[in-house]
Order: sequence, then C-alpha cells, then structure tokens
Amino acid sequence: MMDKINNKKNRIFLNILLLVIFAAIIILLDTNVIGDAYIRRILNLSAIYAIVSVSMNLVNGFTGLFSLGQAGFMAIGAYSVAIFTVPLAERAKIFYITPQNPVLAQIELPFVAALLLGGFLAALVAILIGMPVLRLKSDYLAIATLGFSEIIRIVFTNTKSITNGALGIKSIPKMPTMWVFFGVAIISIGFMWLLINSSYGRAFKAIREDEVAAEAMGINLFKHKVMSFGVGAFFAGIGGGLLATLLATVDPNQFYFTVTYNFLLIIVLGGMGSISGTIIASFVVTAGLEILRFFDEPLALFGINIPLFRPGLRMVIFSILLMLLVLFFRNGLLGQKELSWQFIFDWLSGKKTRKKTGEGGAA
Amino acid sequence: MTSQLFLQQLANGISLGSLYALLAIGYTMVYGILRLINFAHGDIFMMAAYFMIFSIITFKLPWFIAIIIVIIATVALGVLLEKSAYRPLRNAPRMSIMISAIGASFLLENLATYLFTGVPRGFPDIKVLTTTVKLGSLSLTVATLITPFVTLFLLYLVLFITNKTKIGMAMRAVSKDFETAKLMGININQVISSTFIIGSSLAAIGAILWGSRYPSVMPLMGVMPGLKCFIAAVLGGIGNTAGAVIGGFILGMAEIMLITFLPSLTGYRDAMAFVILIVVLLVKPTGLLGEKVTDKV
Amino acid sequence: MSILKINNVTMKFGGVTAVNKLNIEVQEGKIEALIGPNGAGKTTAFNVITGVYMPTEGNVYYKDEKITGLTPDKITKRGIARTFQNIRLFKNLTVFDNILIANHLRLNSNFLSSTLRMPWSNKEERQMREKSEMLLDKLGLLRLKNEIAHSLPYGEQRKLEIARALATDANLLLLDEPAAGMNPSETMELSSFIHTIRDEFKLTIFMIEHHMDLVMEISEKIYVLDFGQLIAQGTADEVKNNQRVIEAYLGVEEDA
Repeated sequence: MMDKINNKKNRIFLNILLLVIFAAIIILLDTNVIGDAYIRRILNLSAIYAIVSVSMNLVNGFTGLFSLGQAGFMAIGAYSVAIFTVPLAERAKIFYITPQNPVLAQIELPFVAALLLGGFLAALVAILIGMPVLRLKSDYLAIATLGFSEIIRIVFTNTKSITNGALGIKSIPKMPTMWVFFGVAIISIGFMWLLINSSYGRAFKAIREDEVAAEAMGINLFKHKVMSFGVGAFFAGIGGGLLATLLATVDPNQFYFTVTYNFLLIIVLGGMGSISGTIIASFVVTAGLEILRFFDEPLALFGINIPLFRPGLRMVIFSILLMLLVLFFRNGLLGQKELSWQFIFDWLSGKKTRKKTGEGGAA
Repeated sequence: MTSQLFLQQLANGISLGSLYALLAIGYTMVYGILRLINFAHGDIFMMAAYFMIFSIITFKLPWFIAIIIVIIATVALGVLLEKSAYRPLRNAPRMSIMISAIGASFLLENLATYLFTGVPRGFPDIKVLTTTVKLGSLSLTVATLITPFVTLFLLYLVLFITNKTKIGMAMRAVSKDFETAKLMGININQVISSTFIIGSSLAAIGAILWGSRYPSVMPLMGVMPGLKCFIAAVLGGIGNTAGAVIGGFILGMAEIMLITFLPSLTGYRDAMAFVILIVVLLVKPTGLLGEKVTDKV
Repeated sequence: MSILKINNVTMKFGGVTAVNKLNIEVQEGKIEALIGPNGAGKTTAFNVITGVYMPTEGNVYYKDEKITGLTPDKITKRGIARTFQNIRLFKNLTVFDNILIANHLRLNSNFLSSTLRMPWSNKEERQMREKSEMLLDKLGLLRLKNEIAHSLPYGEQRKLEIARALATDANLLLLDEPAAGMNPSETMELSSFIHTIRDEFKLTIFMIEHHMDLVMEISEKIYVLDFGQLIAQGTADEVKNNQRVIEAYLGVEEDA
C-alpha cells in the first residue's frame, strides 16, 4: 500500500484524475445537467470566499499580521467592477438622484480590466494604510484595518456621484459561466500558493515565527509585511469584483466589517497557515451558512411553534462556532499542514497524522 | 456662529469626550495588563444599556436601584467574558486571543440581535438625568452637565486604586512585567479580574449616561464607540489611565467641532477617529503620555 | 586589522546606563570574547552592534564604515550575523527552511519573478538549495534537514542557530552565550566547532560567554565588562590575573 502511494506515477495519476473529475463536475453544472441555479450560486460564492480567505490567510496565517480589512478591500474591488462594467446606456437610470461623475459616466471597461483595476486599487489603498501601521507592533493593524473597513463604507456612502451612495449600483452584467469564478479562483490561489512556497513566502513565515530573528537574518520586515499585506488586499479586491458580478448589485451595506468575520471563521476552521484547509473550509462554511438559514425561519413541529427559531439564530450559532473553534480546536482542520495524498492515505489507514518529516531524510 | 452656539457645542464636546474617556479607561487597562485589544468592551457597554432598559421598563425599578443592578450585572458579564473567552487562551498565541476577543464581541452582538431584535429600543427616561437646566444662555441636560464631573471623579478613583491600594500595586507590577510579577507570587487571576471589574463598571456608568444623551439602544451601538475609544486610548498612550481620559476628551471634542465648523463633512464623523489614529501612529506611536517600550532581545 | 570598532558607545535606558563609553576593536580573523557578571551590559552591547538599539552616544564601525543607526537587516547584509542568548529559531519550520530563510537576503529575484518561477529565479533557488545543503553537510546537520527545528535536541538547536547565521554569508559572527545550558562534553564539542567554522569560513568571532573554561581556551582576546564599563582587556592570562576582574566576579570585601 505505502509503496503505491509513494510512487510518483500514481500520485500524478491521482492528481490528473482529480482535475478531470473537478472539470467534469463544473461542466455538468454549467450546462445545467446537474444542479440548479441555487447550487451554482453557492458554489460560485464558495469559490469567491476561497480566494478572499486564502488572501486573508496569506496575511494572518502565513505572515502573522492580524488584519481585519478584508471587507473593505472587497468593497473596493466590487465597486470597481460595478462602476466600470455597467453599460453606459444604463447609467442614467441607476444614478437617477445624483448624476454620475461626467468623466466616469463615459468610461466602460471590459470585465477583466475592471476586475484587475479593482485589485490594484485595493492593493494601493492597503499599502497606504500599511505604511504608517506596519512599522509598528502589529496590534494596531487590527484596529486600523477594522477602522479602514468602516471608513471605506462611509466614503462609498457619501461619494454619491461615484458610487451612487446608499442606493448602490444595480444591473452589473452577470457572467455566463462558472468558469469565470472557478478560473479566477484557481489562478488567484495558485499565485498565492506559488508565492508562499517561494523564497519570499519563506521570509513571510520567518516573520510569523519570530520577527526579531527574521530581522537579524537580514529580512527587511517592513518591506515584506507591506508586500504580504498588499498582495492579500489585491486578491480580496479580486474577490470583491467577482462578488459584484455574481450578485449583479452592490451597495455599501454588503461590506459591513462583520463580513470579514466570515473569512476569519474560515481560516481558523481550515487552519491558520494551510491553503488547502482554507479552501475546504470556504466551501464548508459558505454552504453551512446557507443551510443554517433555516434556523432563521420560524419552525413549527406538529403544529407547535418552536420559539427558538427566529431571525438571528443563525449568526448566534455562527459566532458560538467561532468561539468554540478558537477555544478548543485552535489548529482547525489542518493546522499549518497541507493536504497531500500521503496525508489522506495516512488518515484513511487510521494512522494519526504523522509529521511529514523524518520519512524522507532520516537515516 | 454665535458665541452661544459655540459654548453649547463646547459643552457637548466635553461631555461626549468624557463618555469616550469612560470606555477608553477599560481598553487601556486591559491592554496594559494582557496586551489584548478587548474587542468585546464596546459590546459590554451595549449590554449595559439593555440591562438598564430591563431594570427600569420591564422590572419597573426606581432609577437609583436600577443603576446599581446594572453595574453589578455588567461587571458579572465582563468577568464572565474574561473567564470564558480569555483565560483559557492565556498561553496561546496572541492571535488566537485576539480572535477569541472578536468572537466574543460578535457573539454578544448576535445574541443581542437575536434576543432583543435589531429594532432600536428607547432608553428609559431618567428624569434626574434628562431634565434641562439653564446655565446663563446655555440649556443643557443634567446628564451633559454632570458627565465630565462623573468622569473626573471616576478617574480619580481609578488612579487612587492603581496607585494607593495593594491590588493596584499588583496591577502595575503585572503590566510592567507579566512573567516576573507571576514569579513574585502575585495572583495574576485576581489582578486580571479586578481590571475587568473596573473596566466593566465604568462601561456600565458610561452606558447609562450615553443612553440619557442618545436614547436609542441597538445591538451594534457599541461598535463605533468601542473602536473610537480604543483609538482614544492609543492617542493618550496605551496603558496609561490618565492618557486614556485625555485621549477621550480630545476625540469627543474633535468630533463635535467637526460637526460644528464643517457641517458638510458630518457624514465623515465616524471616519475622523481613524484619521486621528493614523496621524498618531505616524507622529507619536507611543501616544501623548505613553512610555517607550523596548522589547527584550 | 580591526573588523569591528566600537567607539565610545554609551547606551542609556531612561536613567539607567547599561553601557558606558565602551571602546572595543575586534581584530579580523580572531576569536574574541566579551565577559562580565550578569547585567554587565554584554547583550546590550551586542544589540547596539546589530542595530536593535540605537546608542545614546558613540558609533559602531564595521570594516571602517559607520553602521550606527542602520536597521538590523541592513547590518546583517553588510556581513554581521548573530545568535541569541535564548535560542530564536523559526521553531515550526524545518531545519532546511531555517537555513534557506537566512539566504533570502542575498536573493536577486524580485517577488514577482520568484512567484512566477521565472527561469533565472529557479536557477537562483536551486543554487540557494545546493549551497544550503552543502553548509548543512559541512556542519554535520544534513541528516536533520527535514526535522522541525523545535524538535531538535538542545545542543543541535544551538548549532543550527550558528549555521543559520553562517548562511547569511557573514564575515563577523556574534555569538550570545553559545554554550549556555550545555554540559561539559557538549561545551568541549562546541569549542572545536567554533574553531572549525572560524577556519573553514574565514570568520571573525566575537562572543559573549559565561563558561570560563571555554572562553579561556578559545579566545585570543577577552574584554571584561562590569556595570556597563570596560574594566579590563587582554589575553586569557592577563585577564585572569587582573585585580579588578577578580573583584568584579567575586565582589569586594567592604571594610568598615
């Protein structure tokens, strides 16, 4: 058994098989052979959540910076897509109270351009916030990013000629295929995976492990923190842009700072410092939040109303879950490990997750 | 602008600043001892406002008894929070404790939404506090008038406790050096509990005065004041009680002045605190009264 | 020729003077030591050299260039690397990762080409790995390559920390109590280890140490610090017989 798993050929075969199954499922869903609009929506949302959660994990789990600005960065990306991709003809109808800024009213960008622009703007804003804050103890980063998240919302509510204020922007063109969401997710997460496994990623981990030692080893703390924070914001912006096209509408209240807590739950559940764990948790939590919706509906069993079930219960359960996780299950699903075939087979064959070390090198 | 309006707004600014100061003390003390941003502090404040509603409107208690009960209940909640959400993680990585703090804050907000619904409730009208008094040409409510004095008195009390009592000495020792203090036989749990008792009772008093001023109670009412008061604590020098009060005053004043002099920017009043935070971190990260801390290498 | 020159350095924390008007010149290629009772200011001196603290007065020169005021990472880039009194490894990472991280400062690829695995970045990464393996091999740590750092025995952790400092391509190595917590036989092994790396990597070594046997055996020059002040310097024998040093360590009998 072990020989088979360690066989490189077999592992490649398993990987290809997995990819084919994955592609097949998406194609079947996309062509409406299986599933329905509701399931496709949840899956697309999960893909978006996976991008944003991995970006948050890059900053929090791999670099050790406590950032809570994901909702704000998403808002920037979402508004970039919303402002620039709505067809020019529709603009006047949307900005019917405060007319859109005359310059913006003439610009329409292709989706990809608006998406990338949103990412870059989010990264730029992140760098501007990071400059003063990242030089200091990272405690302040939590408050500064949380505050920034709120400021962005306040700004977007007030700059009516750009964002249409509290009314939001509707009629954002939708995407015809799930591949847009899953394709961008694969590219984004792939990029972050490559980054984390590069020399720069090792430097991030060094900062997480021990800032003083990292600096003594010649790592420029500020530069690397800004880098991680900026890349994290970029992909949160990308996630926000995708969310805008998925929902076809944006308004400031979608980006209330508590949205960030969803991603926080996801990375704690998946494991701070595990990409594969984060991806799994993204799907579990997103689907879970949808399923838990029935807690918010009044429930009647045999004609008796159960008084417990009413709006708000879902979020109570959600926050209790977050507390339980961090109190009793701090490493989440995977801790700092990554899912591999080795890991899966060890787990299936009942062996407790062995350290990967000691198998390769030790005599 | 008339000088009368200016004086009126000045009084408002001082009063709002004093309210911020009451909350900021709680942040600064907990941070000083645990190096933890107690994200749930603003939500403790929110719960205190609800406790007041129940004591007076539901249980029809006279206001002076209600205040005492509210303080006791809030303190109990604060201590429970520390025991259940922070104490188990004392040796965990700092990020875990921060996440727990966020979780606790989120839980309190969601619990309040679930139990009391998101619809704003009216804060009970405590006549003693809401009566308007004429002071020359100014007309102020009693609450506005007495808030600064209450805050200064409570600051005096807190400073007395931290400087003159045995438990206060222990608090200062723990905030200077947690590990050594522990080795010296200081009862860390007792010190931390005392910190939460002081912080929560000030939050309760703050909530009562706040409610008399802004009588609309909602599950998320503690979020913004909470964030702002942490910023006030940073502005004053985190860990420094008097600094927190000064920071609170400055923040409250700045906010009211923004509204008075630049009414077109009123929509940005909540954003201003964060601009102040960024400026402080750029110019003097240790805050107005904070000392420089050097890490041991 | 002196490689490191500490010129009239004073370091005050509030009212406390941790280091007072310190003058030290470490000669290139030598093993020299800084000793003194607890709290004499030795680690503070190291922290001033490596840029953790900015001295209140005075300057530090490395190869005749002023390095005062530079951040620790810039100083390491110049060629000074250090270890810590209480081992500071990247605990949850592998031995190999610990070494690779110390190579990061010499990386030429920017983060984008590194992430996108451009051919020149791949080549650099490969060279970095080969170099690190060679280093581990030379120091006898290669068999531990994939072990998690915190799982190593104490002595190996100390060794790894030295290896990590070497991986930065340092010329001057500052060792802060390398033998702390070691038993006599481990200390002896460390002594020969320090000699070997000095010769092999053409290093200058400046260390803080409490194990007098070790210090006396391998140091070519010893500086003695007491209450932040340099009270003696010289060879092992000179220092050993210095009256002020004996007083500093044993305390002076107070006559009434």
